[in-house]
Amino acid sequence: MGRYVARRLLLTIPVLIGASFLIFAMVYALPGDPIRALAGDRPLSPAVQAALRDEYNLDDPLWLQYAKYVWGLLQLDFGTDFSGREVWDIIERRLPVTAKLALAAVIFEALIGLAAGILAGIRRGSFFDNLVLVTTTLIVSIPVFVLGFVAQYLFGLRIPIFPTSGIRDGWYSYLLPGLVLASLSLAYVARLTRTSLAENLRQDYVRTARAKGLKPSVVIGKHTLRNSLIPVVTFIGADIGALMGGAIVTETIFNIPGLGRAVYDAVLRQEGAVVVGIVTLFVFFYIFFNLVVDILYALLDPRIRYD
Amino acid sequence: MRLSKRSAALVASGLSGAMLLSACGGGDDDGGSASGGGEGGSFSIYIGEPENPLIPGNTNETEGGQVVDSLWTGLVEYDPDNNEAVYTGVAESIESDDQQTWTVTLKDGWTFHDGSPVNAQSFIDAWNYVAYSPNAQGNSYFFANIAGYENLQAPTDPATGEPTGEPPAATEMSGLRIIDDLTFEVELATPYAQWPTTTGYTAFFPMPQVFFDDVEAFGEQPVGNGPFQAEEPFVPGQGITLTRYEEYGGERPANADAVEYRVYTEINTAYTDLQGGSLDIVDQVPPDAIASVAEEFGDRYIENPRGDITSLGFPTYDARFADPNVRKAFSMAIDREAITEAIFLGTRTPAASFVSPVVNGYREDACDVCELNVEEANRLLDEAGFDRSQPVDLWFNAGAGHEEWMQAIGNQLRENLGVEYQLRGDLQFAEYLPLQDAQGMTGPFRSGWIMDYPVMENFLGPLYSTSALPPGGSNSVFYSNPAFDQALAEGNAADTDEAAIEAYQTAEDILISDLPAAPLFYGVIQGAHSEDVTNVVIDAFGRIDAAAVEVVQ
Repeated sequence: MGRYVARRLLLTIPVLIGASFLIFAMVYALPGDPIRALAGDRPLSPAVQAALRDEYNLDDPLWLQYAKYVWGLLQLDFGTDFSGREVWDIIERRLPVTAKLALAAVIFEALIGLAAGILAGIRRGSFFDNLVLVTTTLIVSIPVFVLGFVAQYLFGLRIPIFPTSGIRDGWYSYLLPGLVLASLSLAYVARLTRTSLAENLRQDYVRTARAKGLKPSVVIGKHTLRNSLIPVVTFIGADIGALMGGAIVTETIFNIPGLGRAVYDAVLRQEGAVVVGIVTLFVFFYIFFNLVVDILYALLDPRIRYD
Repeated sequence: MRLSKRSAALVASGLSGAMLLSACGGGDDDGGSASGGGEGGSFSIYIGEPENPLIPGNTNETEGGQVVDSLWTGLVEYDPDNNEAVYTGVAESIESDDQQTWTVTLKDGWTFHDGSPVNAQSFIDAWNYVAYSPNAQGNSYFFANIAGYENLQAPTDPATGEPTGEPPAATEMSGLRIIDDLTFEVELATPYAQWPTTTGYTAFFPMPQVFFDDVEAFGEQPVGNGPFQAEEPFVPGQGITLTRYEEYGGERPANADAVEYRVYTEINTAYTDLQGGSLDIVDQVPPDAIASVAEEFGDRYIENPRGDITSLGFPTYDARFADPNVRKAFSMAIDREAITEAIFLGTRTPAASFVSPVVNGYREDACDVCELNVEEANRLLDEAGFDRSQPVDLWFNAGAGHEEWMQAIGNQLRENLGVEYQLRGDLQFAEYLPLQDAQGMTGPFRSGWIMDYPVMENFLGPLYSTSALPPGGSNSVFYSNPAFDQALAEGNAADTDEAAIEAYQTAEDILISDLPAAPLFYGVIQGAHSEDVTNVVIDAFGRIDAAAVEVVQ
């Protein structure tokens, strides 16, 4: 197990280098002149433009820009955005916000999604099963920004039980956006759990367990669920990686200063260092949470061994 | 990823005024210890994320400008009623005999928030810093007319225009001379009678010594001389709370104890917060709420003309648009009134002049070819021998909401002139502007301008004079007419305001007869505030006078 984890972690190094270079190249390939765009309709003297280009190495060829960036990285310098703000500062400030939002979403996703899925799976064809089917279909088909605005309007403005925006009320501020962010995945988790559980309940080993006279709670909780959860855990794990990548729409609607919005703005402004720094971080999270999922497999399914 | 209009309408529509009476909590009142009397309290203002650190020399957009304006007071201030310069700022007087060498006398007793005095040196050091090109300050060009400015610019190769890599020849402008602690002299390269009025702009604010010690830290937590001070640093993505500066040297100290500038990424969210009572002032209204905001907020709705202009620039370098008559024909084929009503819902007003109504010297009907006149337009177009079978390209920058009205203009051109059009609105600023500078516009294009200071000249010189040709300037129509330059120069050198305005109007008349661009609309600022604040004034720059705002206790 330890060797397996070590090997996987070592593998992330070439992936991160490759990913960062690709992202860097993509930002570099964006057409246009970011410095000219900074000034907008206003004039910017050629001398000032030249000074800015020089500061951000924009006149260098791609490989040299990347080399300078990596050289900075080795000295723990993540570069700055066009207003001189350290990229590391941006990450330091916004990562906790994104992490909290992602955590809130995952909790909702797991708790509500799993509960609904398990109940529906056990009582196939019941009223509750149908209810889950209908509501999840509905949620999946509504775009998240509509859901966000409706939730904000209903629970922020009409019945003001949640703050309409911002993170000024601590954890409480994350509940409503977290729920909105979780809604889509929550629906998937519920359906995945239901299907997986329903399928496994028909398996021979379940019949055997029942025939042995085990209590229904043990049959489902210990035998069936453990097998049924593998696809669900895969989904949630991959989803955490995605959620850590920021949620531009939700962050925008609820005015949450997370990473998603930061990287979106940086792409628009062609701020290479910011995009590369943050997106590489996203890649790392994605790899990391996938590793966690793979390790969880072994715990869930004794048949899986990594050594 | 822009949010769709429809979704936002869900929030904006169907809100009755009555429900606003509920819920006034939510708002954080940190720092809001009432200090007795009618004063005190705290309130919050919407801003977008400032593009740069909060340094006056590098702040030329309204979001950061809003905060910087509360933190600083310049040499002069602008009267919100008529936009004229008033001496309620740091300057006692700014005088000159020849409109070229100005003597600035400062009032005694002004201090920065760290207690250090505001003196002649604070201005001169600040201006030299902003002008010096290696400091890469966005407002550098405001000092271009001060003698010696060019020596602070990194030299460029005359042949290629590329920088040679040498440092500038000087670090101080020769035109700035200290007389004594509270007096300094400013020598301009050419006479400019309106110069005192320009000094109220952000670029001209003074800087304390601590700025030069640590520029980076300063940008996070600036030290100014204005009615509010920053006791905590700015938090990117969230905002900054300013508190009243008790030792303020001006005549109008802040009424409230504290103001929170809260950063929003989307105006829709801020508007929802305003409706819910957790935000006090917005200086913008989301597109979907424009129709309903006046009714919803009643006397808490604010409307004010903005000192700006939107024009349809013509590529005068393109053979098809080289003839002024063609340009006039296009201008006369546009029904500005219809567009401002149908598309902008009254948030723009039709323009019939190159200058904004907010400045002195504006003439309501200066431009006779800025009104719909289909018959005359067709006559001119025939006379010029314009080839109607070829479609015209209409250019604008992407993602900024220009498509709808550009399309309307295209439709009007097709209907009134029988010319097909093609929208060219795929380029973001980063590509659009360099193309504009490289004479790449193949047809009429959107051109926007927000005034730097309330002077008529600011709508003419920076956009149409020969010295403002790209890449250094904003003359993207590549118009150059010695008679126009001459008239401007006369206005700049005039010794009375009346004489100056007369000359500027002459210049505008020349512009109208050549019509390198067709004036289209002026902007209207829309704002609204909660019931917790009063005396909310938004000026022609779109900035809220935070010091004047009173909190209802």
